[in-house]
Amino acid sequence: MNQRPLSPHLSVYKFTYTMSLSILHRLTGVAASVGFLVFAWWLMALASGPAAYAAAMRLLSTPVAKLLLAGFTFSIVYHFCNGIRHLVWDTGAGLERAQARRSGAAVIVITLLLTAFLVWAGCAALTRGAP
Amino acid sequence: MSLQTPLGRVLGKGSAGEGVGHWWLQRVTAIALIPLTVWFAIGLLGHSLQSYEAMRGWLGQPWVAVFTILLVITLSWHSRLGVQVVIEDYVHGKVAKNTLLLLFTFVHVVAAVAAIFAVLLLALS
Repeated sequence: MNQRPLSPHLSVYKFTYTMSLSILHRLTGVAASVGFLVFAWWLMALASGPAAYAAAMRLLSTPVAKLLLAGFTFSIVYHFCNGIRHLVWDTGAGLERAQARRSGAAVIVITLLLTAFLVWAGCAALTRGAP
Repeated sequence: MSLQTPLGRVLGKGSAGEGVGHWWLQRVTAIALIPLTVWFAIGLLGHSLQSYEAMRGWLGQPWVAVFTILLVITLSWHSRLGVQVVIEDYVHGKVAKNTLLLLFTFVHVVAAVAAIFAVLLLALS
């Protein structure tokens, strides 16, 4: 009774590309959770005054931090787009294999375009009024 | 009327009756996050992030503060539910699982309270 297989037992399935989208939904969700912690820290820095905020923004403007912020942006955008796909599925629509493949491709294209735009806009907002 | 089998009832197996609540709240918070995140991203990127005065002036406005607090509450809740599912699925030891669930619940509460307190400070001082 205790030895029955429990979900998710991924290794028993033949690999399909929609599976990787599903796994990516979890990964980006966890990444966005880390992003939430950074967001809370950033708000606390802003509430702590000009010196604390300037220090936080110096840290966030380093190349490594910018790369991380771009990663958070991608994660949030993907999780947002694929989350809408999941919400549509919850209504019972779009669950046919061909439909799921097509909506998955749409999510990838929209995510890449939106991420590129937001990273560009984010860089502009980071350099605007920089000391 | 219960749909549980008599044997299932005696053994105490089967649904604890809370799964739908978790599933439902994950969807409710997801739907609420759609307009909240879009609104916040547009507002955030429309300002100069390096300027303390600009960010403070924006987040300190009454309606901006209200919706930022709503964003923080919804986001932390959605995140907590999601992280819970990931831990429950991939961590199998009972002690490790419960320790991590407890730890990440606390982390979410601390982050949410800090973020809300920060917005209140910006809006009220």
